[in-house]
Amino acid sequence: MSEYLQLFLTFAKIGVMTFGGGYAMLPILQREVCETKKWADDSEIMDYYAIGQCTPGIIAVNVATFIGNKRKGIPGGIIATLGMVFPSLVIITVIAAVLHNFMEIVWIGHAFAGIRVCVCVFILNAVLKLWKSAVIDIWTFIVFALVFVGSVFLNLSPVLYVVVAGIAGIALSMLGVRGERPAKGTAKGKDTATEKGETTVDAAEKKNGGAGK
Amino acid sequence: MIYLRLFIEFFKTGLFSVGGGMATIPFLQDMSQATGWFTSAQLADMIAVAESTPGPLGVNTATYVGFTAGTQANGMLGGILGAVVATVGLVTPSIIVIIVIAYFLEKFRKSRYVDGAFYGLRPASVGLIAAAGISIVLMSVFQINTIFEFAKAHLELKHLLLAVVILALTNWVPKVKKLHPIYFILLSAVVGVVFQF
Repeated sequence: MSEYLQLFLTFAKIGVMTFGGGYAMLPILQREVCETKKWADDSEIMDYYAIGQCTPGIIAVNVATFIGNKRKGIPGGIIATLGMVFPSLVIITVIAAVLHNFMEIVWIGHAFAGIRVCVCVFILNAVLKLWKSAVIDIWTFIVFALVFVGSVFLNLSPVLYVVVAGIAGIALSMLGVRGERPAKGTAKGKDTATEKGETTVDAAEKKNGGAGK
Repeated sequence: MIYLRLFIEFFKTGLFSVGGGMATIPFLQDMSQATGWFTSAQLADMIAVAESTPGPLGVNTATYVGFTAGTQANGMLGGILGAVVATVGLVTPSIIVIIVIAYFLEKFRKSRYVDGAFYGLRPASVGLIAAAGISIVLMSVFQINTIFEFAKAHLELKHLLLAVVILALTNWVPKVKKLHPIYFILLSAVVGVVFQF
């Protein structure tokens, strides 16, 4: 079987087996990619994961692109990603088409009103979890507070906040005012990026489940 | 043309959302206001479905939003095309960014600029998600659409009570908090039907 087909099928399988994506995916990824296929070792997966969660986009997609690209270059990266999203496309389209006709029914309306309350809590949980690795000193707190207040009260594109915050982050780092992480205080200077990523994954593994997106 | 716009909107979402599936929600809310393809209430429902089905949350939500927008324009087939276009739009920036980074992996990891940018990006992303969360709270617990309508807000006590129960279950009850989100979604659905939310 060609390796392209294997990449597509393996990542389609990972896509089907992952509920929620992100951190929930890590154990399945390790089993399929490291143990079964031997496409990467554990430390490579952790690196891809750490980078995948601090770069733009969906974490699962970023990791799939990394591994596909490592095996078969750019076409490999594209095919692994298509494999990853293929099950979602099929499953969600079918569900959406069915639900479309059911939404008018009164008790289904009540059910979704209840579910919306649950979604609020999930979002709150995601915020609490991301907070730990993101808001690490007074400056990051200020960035958080400004963006939060700004996007609650002003009607601006989120793109603007992301771009300005990125520039502010570089400026603050260059000025040397940022504090070190309080939790694992060994991270210093050049290695902070990886160190932070790993810390986040560690924390996520411990908390995996309930909130784990 | 709606499909080109869908692609561009989701490309933007994929390019600027940092921190996984939930990070796409502020962009989807912005999209709902800018395009009128779906309402905030529909978005909350789509997130719930995306959480309860296999696949990464961000990809599922994008597929669903694309389907909803496409269906409105051109019926069922339009919906399928919309789902594909939105999903491809979402992952295209990832593919480009990751392939570029893979070539400069060591440099990327050690770059002070990259590290600095993410030092600022991460808290901004948390702020955006929190703000998106607030507007879903306003809608589903206080029954208003924006914070400026606060005079019209009427707190639904049973909604608030359910939120507190789910919060407690997902954070502080041993074993229960490790359960898959789908159980909490099902519980909320049953409570919603029984207590006429």
